Amino acid sequence: MTDGRLRDGDGAMTKPTAPADRGFADEGPDKGLDARLVVHRGAFHLDVALTAAPGDVVALLGPNGAGKTTALRTLAGLTPLSAGGHLRLDGAALDRTPPESRPVGVVFQDYLLFPHLTALDNVAFGPRCQGAGKAEARAQAAAWLDRMGLAEHAGAKPRRLSGGQAQRVALARALATHPRLLLLDEPLAALDARTRLDVRAQLRRHLADFEAVAVLVTHDPLDAMVLADRLVVIEHGRVVQDGTPSDIARHPRTDYIAQLVGLNLYRGQAEGHTVRLDAGPAITTTEDLDGPVFVAFPPGAVTLYRDRPTGSSARNLWQCRVGGLETHGDQIRADLTGELPLAADLTTVAAAELDLQPGAPVWATVKATQTHAYPA
Amino acid sequence: MTTGLDTSDAAADTLTGGPRRGRVRKGTRRGAPLPLLLPALVGLAFLLLPLVALLVRAPWRSLPDQLTSPEVWQALQLSLVTATAATAVSLVLGVPLAWLLARTDFPGRGFVRALVTLPLVLPPVVGGVALLLALGRNGIVGQWLDSAFGITLPFTTAGVIVAEAFVAMPFLVISVEGTLRAADPRYEEAALTLGASRFTAFRRVTLPLIAPGIAAGSVLAWARALGEFGATITFAGNFPGRTQTMPLAVYLALQNDPAAAIALSLVLLAVSIAVLAGLRDRWMTAAS
Repeated sequence: MTDGRLRDGDGAMTKPTAPADRGFADEGPDKGLDARLVVHRGAFHLDVALTAAPGDVVALLGPNGAGKTTALRTLAGLTPLSAGGHLRLDGAALDRTPPESRPVGVVFQDYLLFPHLTALDNVAFGPRCQGAGKAEARAQAAAWLDRMGLAEHAGAKPRRLSGGQAQRVALARALATHPRLLLLDEPLAALDARTRLDVRAQLRRHLADFEAVAVLVTHDPLDAMVLADRLVVIEHGRVVQDGTPSDIARHPRTDYIAQLVGLNLYRGQAEGHTVRLDAGPAITTTEDLDGPVFVAFPPGAVTLYRDRPTGSSARNLWQCRVGGLETHGDQIRADLTGELPLAADLTTVAAAELDLQPGAPVWATVKATQTHAYPA
Repeated sequence: MTTGLDTSDAAADTLTGGPRRGRVRKGTRRGAPLPLLLPALVGLAFLLLPLVALLVRAPWRSLPDQLTSPEVWQALQLSLVTATAATAVSLVLGVPLAWLLARTDFPGRGFVRALVTLPLVLPPVVGGVALLLALGRNGIVGQWLDSAFGITLPFTTAGVIVAEAFVAMPFLVISVEGTLRAADPRYEEAALTLGASRFTAFRRVTLPLIAPGIAAGSVLAWARALGEFGATITFAGNFPGRTQTMPLAVYLALQNDPAAAIALSLVLLAVSIAVLAGLRDRWMTAAS
């Protein structure tokens, strides 16, 4: 089951999946999610189109304040849509449906497990509200907890649960109402690094088993790429990029995404193998393109010299100044300013040999084969 | 090793001051300056002296007879029943009112909130007069109650409950509203997403979460209702067995039978101490 879903996901990664290609607009979305989330509140404006088929896991990725959580709240019905927005789930319009009548389950960021109820009664809460008898609701809840591997914690109050356990109870509680849309708000943000690894793997498994649409919100690119089949990147209330994790990792289209995936990103006009940047020098690439393009290369592809290299064959040679240095794993990341602002990774030994200090002038080169240009 | 740790802890205490400092009682007492210590002790004596006098002058020998007299029992019973009923009325009306003030936003909410707290500062006698004008036999609502349903409130036991609830309810509303404001409204949202109606969310999630605040508010309201004098005597009169509650009985007894007044006062004092003991965990720990 899990493997099948994973292979599906991998297959989807290889073909382009812009929203327009998914065919919803033509067929009529009688399955899955078709939404345009519009919220105007003071100076904040959110306008995000979101479509997903049953079985899809979509991650809304973006910096803090981008509007991800607001988008999630409109899906749940906790924040009303402004004029121009719409929300259809499995063919039914939910725009005016109150949250309690939507087939939507939510896992909140800090879980919001009811502190006065046991784990079992927290999970049984939804079925009870949907009309199940007390015994029936508890039996369902016990089955869910069992599925989450939490059978022995059924009688525990939330404050006695660890972060990972509470997260699973929250997931069980949301799933117990059999939602057609599962929403997860920063599902791993409240966990420490060690627990996070475990819970992420478990969550991935549960999401793969989930047959309806799942939308998760996160500012962590790793969570998004591990958990989701598709990423929708939001900045300032707008979708800036939408695609599979591998597509977005390879072809970032904004500085925010480039930073997330650790690439230097520039925009310019291509004329064959030369890309003239909008601000700055030209970059030579292997791709043969024309018109507006992005050029990206990893910080590890940059080589630094203290003096202008003479024997180097690199066509991309720029004079820079060291803006700042920080350790980055077992490497040193140098932020360079100058005609082309860029990030460069080098070993500690290399940094010491070059005697890199903030303010020091350096020459940076990048081989054309290590750059990647794609149409903007 | 251990001593080293102790020293550093003590040093940290001295440096940071803060909450831990409060436990170092010896140092604080020695350091109290006289201009503060003297009025403080006088103030303490001023608060305690009347209570001591009550205990000293209490007719301990005739006390059993005093307390078992039918008049005392009648007044005590009436007081307990009306105060409890007034608390119940305050709960039924006050908790929803507190919810409205804490959870919804409507124009003039601040003004409404001020109006709700008005009976807290209003002289109770004025409250009694106002109640007469509203619910009296010729009051703006009272005359209608009388003609339509034959209900008259003034000078009845129900009138006592109305007067006590009028004075006591604000205590409950303020207490519950404060607790509601401190409680995370997102729990209610979580309940909604699980299919609970707004009322179910309130009943099954919010209410249990704010139970401590409701309990504290109820005790406050009950104590206030039990001691209510001015509004009660103005609106409900002073009829033994019907509207004569303990405070009224104390006042009346003081004129013809001071010993009985002291005995009745002792009962109310005992009830007050019991209430304080009940609130001990909540308030005394909060104050220290």
